[in-house]
Amino acid sequence: MIRRRSLLAASTVLLAAPAIVRRAGAQAAFNWQQFKGQTITVSLTKSPRADNLQAHEKEFEALTGINVLSEQMPEQQQRPKMVMELASGRPSFDVTHFSLHVSKRVVGVGHWLEDMRPYLADPKLTSPEYDWADMSAGALRAATQPDGRIDSLPVESDVWLVYYNKQIFADGGVSFPKTFDEMLATARKLTDPAKGVYGFVARGVKNANVPVWTSLLLGQDQETVTPDGKTLLTDTPAAIWAGEMYKSLLRETAPPGVVGFNWNECQTSFMQGKVGMWLDGVGFAPPLLDPKVSKIADHVGFGVMPAGPRAHNCPVFTDAIGIPARSKVKGPAYLYCQWATSKQMALNLVNMGGGASPRQSTYKDPTLMKNNPFGQEWLATLLTSLTIARAGLPEIVPVTEFRDVFGIALTNMIGGADPATELRKATATFRPVLESSLKT
Amino acid sequence: MAGGLLALRRRKHTYVRRYWMFAVPAALLVAAVIVFPWLFTLFMSVHDWKVSGNTYYVGLTNYVHLMHDDRFLWAVVRTLYFTTAAVVLPVGIGLWAAVCFARRFPLRGAARTVFILPMMATPVAIALVWTMMFHPQLGVLNYILTSVGLPPSSWVYSSDTVIPTLVMVETWQWTPLVMLIVLGGISSLPVDPYEAAEIDGASGWQMFRFITVPLIWPFIVVAAVMRIIDALKAFDTIFVITNGGPGTSSETINMLLYQTAFGYYDLGYASAMVVVFFVLIMVLSLVLLGTRQQELTL
Repeated sequence: MIRRRSLLAASTVLLAAPAIVRRAGAQAAFNWQQFKGQTITVSLTKSPRADNLQAHEKEFEALTGINVLSEQMPEQQQRPKMVMELASGRPSFDVTHFSLHVSKRVVGVGHWLEDMRPYLADPKLTSPEYDWADMSAGALRAATQPDGRIDSLPVESDVWLVYYNKQIFADGGVSFPKTFDEMLATARKLTDPAKGVYGFVARGVKNANVPVWTSLLLGQDQETVTPDGKTLLTDTPAAIWAGEMYKSLLRETAPPGVVGFNWNECQTSFMQGKVGMWLDGVGFAPPLLDPKVSKIADHVGFGVMPAGPRAHNCPVFTDAIGIPARSKVKGPAYLYCQWATSKQMALNLVNMGGGASPRQSTYKDPTLMKNNPFGQEWLATLLTSLTIARAGLPEIVPVTEFRDVFGIALTNMIGGADPATELRKATATFRPVLESSLKT
Repeated sequence: MAGGLLALRRRKHTYVRRYWMFAVPAALLVAAVIVFPWLFTLFMSVHDWKVSGNTYYVGLTNYVHLMHDDRFLWAVVRTLYFTTAAVVLPVGIGLWAAVCFARRFPLRGAARTVFILPMMATPVAIALVWTMMFHPQLGVLNYILTSVGLPPSSWVYSSDTVIPTLVMVETWQWTPLVMLIVLGGISSLPVDPYEAAEIDGASGWQMFRFITVPLIWPFIVVAAVMRIIDALKAFDTIFVITNGGPGTSSETINMLLYQTAFGYYDLGYASAMVVVFFVLIMVLSLVLLGTRQQELTL
């Protein structure tokens, strides 16, 4: 018995030998230990992406001999901290994790982060296994500044989808909607305030609610700003249609108090079995399927964003990491960025349900296809969503103010205000802010 | 006489000349952490100062803009509304509680300890707990309301109820502080006026109205001034529970200037807000302290 097992193990090693030798050769050619003994500080935004990085941090330290001091902070605090420290010229971190849909242009205009192109082109610093060309076109576009600089490497592409409660759908005798109009009709049908059940939930709180509206707007094949980032498209008939759809969904079919809901309140309501559909990012799947915290772990369904009248899209939001230009340990910091955005880490991220990988190779991995812990429906929804993904927020410097101004308009709509009036007012308020930002 | 005055002046002059250097560290510290930041804030407020852009001198443009900025003007109104409610209620309830706790009753010490517990809790931690309790569907508060046959409330999830709800949290947390200050005043009151009033046939209410309140008035004013300053600068509770929402329904000046500085990175405009806010606090504090000074003079 023992001999047979030993024989089996030996033959496996022999079969795998060419691959191991190739891998070892590549590893030998690239010196991961070149900055051994140095220390880097990493600032992370609290998220499943950051959890993934910290969970595997020891592996990076073992691989490189570099000491990592990392900390996670909630995004509300980490975003301003990052910008203020970068602007001060003396950041306390050597690697920073941030959302490109929020901070890309502000860090780009400030020229605060190191351009990664020379690093990527340097074989002494970039492992041959890294394969930059493997990054998806959308992730590459998101990480590239208008002047061509690549000042961050993409960690994750967060596509939005619809989580739905199969039990509530079965009780209501409805199937998953294919269009936004069907989604509204379904949500209306499922809403029963007497039973405390509501058809739909999504972010209602200002600022966080804007991606919900822009998701609906993508169904009209339109974004909120022209591609050159100079003209607002926020009071067009398509934008007003999306505003009306947002108002109907949240005012008529969402739980009371949704005007104050961020993703966590939506998640809680959904996990308690009170809501039929929840529109949000793919990275929120793990707790929904965890029977310790979710009452509906056995009833969670995943659906692709329904189609709009003119297009079938879903929004995508990309996270990235970069190195402050003032960092004194750029070499070790770059090795960390390279490792954090490697094929293996991208695969780890998807396997933990933390979001979508920005790499194409992840979805060709046979283990992911067979053993993905969230089921085939989740994976199929994710893969389809990636094929229809478009930027969910405009690439402009004052994106936070954009989200606040239009977020207030959306909360007013939930309160009953007319979408056309609110969007025209918000557009007039924000236009001078955008114009002013273009001068800097 | 003249010689004595001259000697006194000479002694004072020598004293100042000999010991002025002992005041230098404190003066430098005050200049570094109070005077310089203030002058720099004033300097920033007359500039178009964006974090990632160039800086331009714009004179009083930021202040003129503030006077026409509806969002800022509404923030001022909300700040005054919140402050008024968050001062009147804790002071009123705190005064009543102090009078109750001044009397002897069984387990008075234990009751006092329980009463001051909210004041000792960390504001951010209790704000998080309140946030969970306010959840319209899953929060314990609506469960209690509906259990006793009352309709559920939207609490902080509605524009109509958000500020009263935040005032409720503020009152819950800071009434004990007012109670402690006023209780200190009551404990130091002389017994004679009460004995005299009792002999004259005064009722309990009359003794409270005409003896207790006038004698503890200075303590009430101190508590009110502390509450006004605290309520005007309230940030942590509002930031955690509502972040100024729904929409801008609970956006006070503090919330707006934080967002302007650290969300929009417009430091010049935020500095102008800080200056206006500072003037507002100074005026209110001076009015109150002036009133107190006038009473002491009388």
